[in-house]
Amino acid sequence: MQELISRLKELLESGSVQRVLGWKKGDFTFNPEPAYFNSAEELSEFVYDGFCGANLSKYMIKASNLEGVTAVLLKPCDTYSFNQLIKEHRVIREKAYIIGIGCKGKLSLDAIKAQGVKGITDIKGAEIDGDCNELKVETLYGEKTVSYKDSMLERCHVCKGKEHMIYDELMLESADTLDADRFTDVEIIENLTSEDKFTYFQRELSKCIRCNACRNVCPACSCRKCVFDSTKFDSEQKANVDPFHESMFHIIRAFHVAGRCTDCGECSRVCPQGIPLHLFNRKFIKDINEYYGVFQAGEDIGQTSPLTDYTLDDMEAEERR
Amino acid sequence: MKKIKRENLKQLFDLISSGQRLYIPIKKAGQTNYGIYAADSRVDLDTLKTVKSSKEAFFPQSETLYTVTKENRKIKITQQELEGEDFVLFGVRGCDIKGAQVLDRVFLSSPVDSFYEARRNHGIIVALACSEPEESCFCTTFGVDPTEPEGDVTTWFKGEYLYWKANTEKGERLTALCSELLTDADEAAVEEEKESIKAILSRLPYADLSLESWHGDATNEKFGSELWKELYKPCLACGTCTFVCPTCQCYDLKDYDTGSGVQRYRCWDSCMYSDFTMMAHGNNRTSQMQRFRQRFMHKLVYFPANNDGMYSCVGCGRCVDKCPASTNIVKVIKAFSKEVNSK
Repeated sequence: MQELISRLKELLESGSVQRVLGWKKGDFTFNPEPAYFNSAEELSEFVYDGFCGANLSKYMIKASNLEGVTAVLLKPCDTYSFNQLIKEHRVIREKAYIIGIGCKGKLSLDAIKAQGVKGITDIKGAEIDGDCNELKVETLYGEKTVSYKDSMLERCHVCKGKEHMIYDELMLESADTLDADRFTDVEIIENLTSEDKFTYFQRELSKCIRCNACRNVCPACSCRKCVFDSTKFDSEQKANVDPFHESMFHIIRAFHVAGRCTDCGECSRVCPQGIPLHLFNRKFIKDINEYYGVFQAGEDIGQTSPLTDYTLDDMEAEERR
Repeated sequence: MKKIKRENLKQLFDLISSGQRLYIPIKKAGQTNYGIYAADSRVDLDTLKTVKSSKEAFFPQSETLYTVTKENRKIKITQQELEGEDFVLFGVRGCDIKGAQVLDRVFLSSPVDSFYEARRNHGIIVALACSEPEESCFCTTFGVDPTEPEGDVTTWFKGEYLYWKANTEKGERLTALCSELLTDADEAAVEEEKESIKAILSRLPYADLSLESWHGDATNEKFGSELWKELYKPCLACGTCTFVCPTCQCYDLKDYDTGSGVQRYRCWDSCMYSDFTMMAHGNNRTSQMQRFRQRFMHKLVYFPANNDGMYSCVGCGRCVDKCPASTNIVKVIKAFSKEVNSK
């Protein structure tokens, strides 16, 4: 961590970057927030640990409009989003100095609480320099120890790997966290009867409060004006009036990001109601893989996209013949 | 003072709900929110904070106000009926009750909101003391007493029992209705529980959060502060904080095309949204910094200015728990205190 901070200081002091986009310590050890650092002094508040789950690629849309270069810290999975945003002309490559940082899995406070931990006041063991095996949790009701792995975000269990798809330099070690198959949950749902599928999604989506956190955090949702915000059409919705509305927002969103979603998992991380929104996107990814060949959005900038590029081998072309 | 064994609570809920609607925290698809009790509901009174507050019982996220239908060549307008039946809201924490008092200031002052008023009049609140406050709680900063929340009935969990004390006539009536399941109890156990809660409250991380410098006269001093320009930056402009908040009261009026008519409804709105306060001439808040500032200025400055010093935050800490960017009202209050102290 110290070497990272020293490097960031160096970059700021030499003037090769105008600011750093990273994370600032919170008022607890477990609630850091995305932040800009404009000077070496400001870096005294910098932190990077297991609680820095936020994907900063999305913030780079705004940062691309700022003067000068922004040094942005991207975890391996964040770099897929950054590539996708370059492809969609939503970020400017030259405006970013990408420091690809290592990742040992990111933590979910909800996952820690789900292990019966209440009143958390401090968590140790999430430091990036540590071995990330165990978390010592101090609570108002005594000390608890939980395993790091059991406390990770869902997305880290199905990690795409610790390689950065785009970077200017790499720093800090990573650790493998993959221990589950990405499509298992999708397959379970695929095998349900239509009625059971409907019941499952209705139960989940009926919790939705239409806060738009999933959309606003999503790097693939980068429209300047979202159709759901436009006052010019009937499509503007602020609340779910009926079960149709509940489903419509999420299904339209899933269709809109299909083929562009990198499966970064931010939608599920931020949902205040714990809706497993990533399942919609993964169903699309699984179908794309099956129909058009294995495809990972954001893997590189030059790749052709399954849903926007036409080739004679496409299944639609096959059907037409 | 009455009491009932924990294991008999299901009978109590069945009894209450046999004659009226019972809103109670129910765990569904992994999350606990208020819902209407049915015999197969998974009641969850152990989770301290429901995701959404109990305000929805009085001020639903969306509600129809009237419907318009076309009959031959005439247009028929049907007003939505007001709540006409009593209902019980069970397990409400002190913060959410204070939240209702904040909403009363808005909806029950002239012109009275008849939809809200009807629900408020028909609601019977069974409050529940907070046996295990959590790290994000700071209700005491706003004068809430989580050891004895004000409701028509106040209850406490202690050991095997739920203790029960009626405070109002409505509460007495509910107690009478449940008399076959409630037995007499003495106050000692409750006093002991209150002391134990107080001990935890003094150890809460936000126990010392100070509102000094936040008051109705602070507009000029706070509005122009340079701090807002930094504080808003992590904000994703989602509505999570406003929708989990027990006091956020802003709403929008909208028309829903039913295919054969129009359903006029109102729904919660969020000052974080880009078209909030959109008017014919445009929008008077055009940047996220302004929207972000508005939310906290409203809660800590404008609301007290117009409501005899009453803040429109109750310290429930839901926004602290739920903000996807980990920014929240506590961080804002602390940032300003730090600035004052460094001067």
